[in-house]
Amino acid sequence: MHFELTEEQRMLSDTVYKWALNELGPVQEKIDEEDWMPPNFFRDLGRLGVLGITVEERYGGLGMDVLTEVLVTEQLARICPGPAMSMVAHVELCASNIQRNASDYLKEKYLPPLIRGEKVGAMGLTEPNAGSDAMALRCRAVRNGNSFILNGSKMFITNGPIADIVLVYAKTAPDLGPKGISAFIVEKGAPGFSVSSKIKKAGMRGSPTAELNFDDCEVPAENLVGDLNGGVAVMTKGLDVERVVVAGLSLGISRQTLDYSIKYSREREQFGVPICEFQMIQAKLAEMYARYEASRNMIYRAACLAQGAGRGGKGTQITQLAAAAILYAAEAATRNGSDAVQIHGGYGYCLEFPVQKLWRDAKLLEIGAGTTEIRKMIIARELLRKGSI
Amino acid sequence: MKSLVCLKQVPDTETQIKVKPDGTGIVTDGIKYVINPYDEFSVEEALRLKEKFKAGEVVILTVGPDRCTEAIRTALAMGADRGIHVNDESLNDADPYSIAQVLAAAASQEGYDLIFCGHRAIDDDFGEVGAMLAELLQLPQVTLVTKLEIADDTQSAVVERDVEGGKEVIEVPLPCVLTSQKGLNEPRYASLPGIMKAKKKKIDKKTAADLGITSERKLAPTEYTMPPERKAGKKYEDMEPAEAAKIVVEALRSEAKVI
Repeated sequence: MHFELTEEQRMLSDTVYKWALNELGPVQEKIDEEDWMPPNFFRDLGRLGVLGITVEERYGGLGMDVLTEVLVTEQLARICPGPAMSMVAHVELCASNIQRNASDYLKEKYLPPLIRGEKVGAMGLTEPNAGSDAMALRCRAVRNGNSFILNGSKMFITNGPIADIVLVYAKTAPDLGPKGISAFIVEKGAPGFSVSSKIKKAGMRGSPTAELNFDDCEVPAENLVGDLNGGVAVMTKGLDVERVVVAGLSLGISRQTLDYSIKYSREREQFGVPICEFQMIQAKLAEMYARYEASRNMIYRAACLAQGAGRGGKGTQITQLAAAAILYAAEAATRNGSDAVQIHGGYGYCLEFPVQKLWRDAKLLEIGAGTTEIRKMIIARELLRKGSI
Repeated sequence: MKSLVCLKQVPDTETQIKVKPDGTGIVTDGIKYVINPYDEFSVEEALRLKEKFKAGEVVILTVGPDRCTEAIRTALAMGADRGIHVNDESLNDADPYSIAQVLAAAASQEGYDLIFCGHRAIDDDFGEVGAMLAELLQLPQVTLVTKLEIADDTQSAVVERDVEGGKEVIEVPLPCVLTSQKGLNEPRYASLPGIMKAKKKKIDKKTAADLGITSERKLAPTEYTMPPERKAGKKYEDMEPAEAAKIVVEALRSEAKVI
């Protein structure tokens, strides 16, 4: 088993990092301070050709592998995890789910502008009272002639304020519990669809989050994604890949916090020597590196496995590995962020230095896209079901 | 427009350079290499000309060891059409004249409307190759180009170049050699589809013998040294401000000799 990247994957990683460094680096403070997303962010990514990596070529994608998508996510997250998370929501939660589940008509209509970055995508599952317990969602969709009428609200929706295309889950048969949920594409501007003002977050700023409200919102019946009452299948089909790609965000943070710490500890002098000569600093650097490498190995292996895995979901090897990869990588990134702030001392805690930003950003990834606790439950469920690893 | 872009692979600007203990060169282990930034301007300009005239070709020419393939591929990923890679042990650590000889030999195997060089490479900073190449090819040259307009008949170009405190505008017949300066353009990023296409583009491998060249170096470095470490500063303490100012001014004049 080896993870030698191809020449193209290396070149792509370098290019994305260079782009992030040159284009986002100079404005990263503004992005954080003002919760601001550069206006051409999605179009620029579209031009770089990284918004449809795993999407089929006939819809404007590249038909490439999950690992390549992870690499792009990782490199972008090194400089600006917030906008990088917006990209992941757009690509993985919206476009990829459409590609995996929607009708040809919907794919032809929605995928090309998403991949070009002309339209922004989002996904709405979480509700004010349905987070980890997603099946408890209350948003309702009722058939009315050639439409569905949606009522309810969605909470903490990444890209909510800027999204043109939202994949929304709603109950179509409340009596059937999880078997009564369906997925719909709702477009910005649909009658009865509104977005609350931006939610202020501790980190991942520059990735706008909002509450979505549906008040007798009319959605054409053809915008049903997958089967009626088949929403859970839509939700779970891509969940393993989603976890692997989201873990790439944590990986980028782990790496960058370590890079900053190595550089700073060699420059900063106390007691007449660079602080990297102290063993307590060295121990931190070594632990940070070990956490980064461990995350990287798990994520890359999960990405390779996800590629060939086909179904995924309950009872598959990829489900427990993907959950373990994101569980570990997210905690590792928070830990690395915290250690990096400690190494940077007073300066690290100041808003002028980017390490505190990465530290705040990292924490979201223990909560969003499934909490640490849910990830552990999934792993335990799989292990106990099989009675061994 | 058919353009030839002479491209050099150089250590990344972030690299911490270390001199070998014996002073014969720099330690190359672990160095990350990139396209010389001035050569990136050349690639971009050549691509824009091809796009503007909707015809022509952009050819990348590089002299250097195996690792240079990556730099050529990056230029191909930006959109260049094909590459020529002169890879010959006798040319490792070649001086500017030998490089210019090789470039001239390779350039004269085909006809080009324009030949671009970066005005200098950020590693050795000689800034000689472009001018030597033009002389060897007996072509007109304009250095430090910041703007380029090709005449509609494609027989000549109007170029702007930086001069002390202003700009100089020159008309030059084609073909010619131009050396690129910062400000010429903003190079594009290679796109992922571009990177995938680059894999299939052709890179011609050549040796010095293929070009009928035997390296005739004119320069040989005798020694590399690191800049001396900065000396500790001097403190003037426990004095009245007026007295301190007087002493500091005197020191700036007689010791530091900066005023």
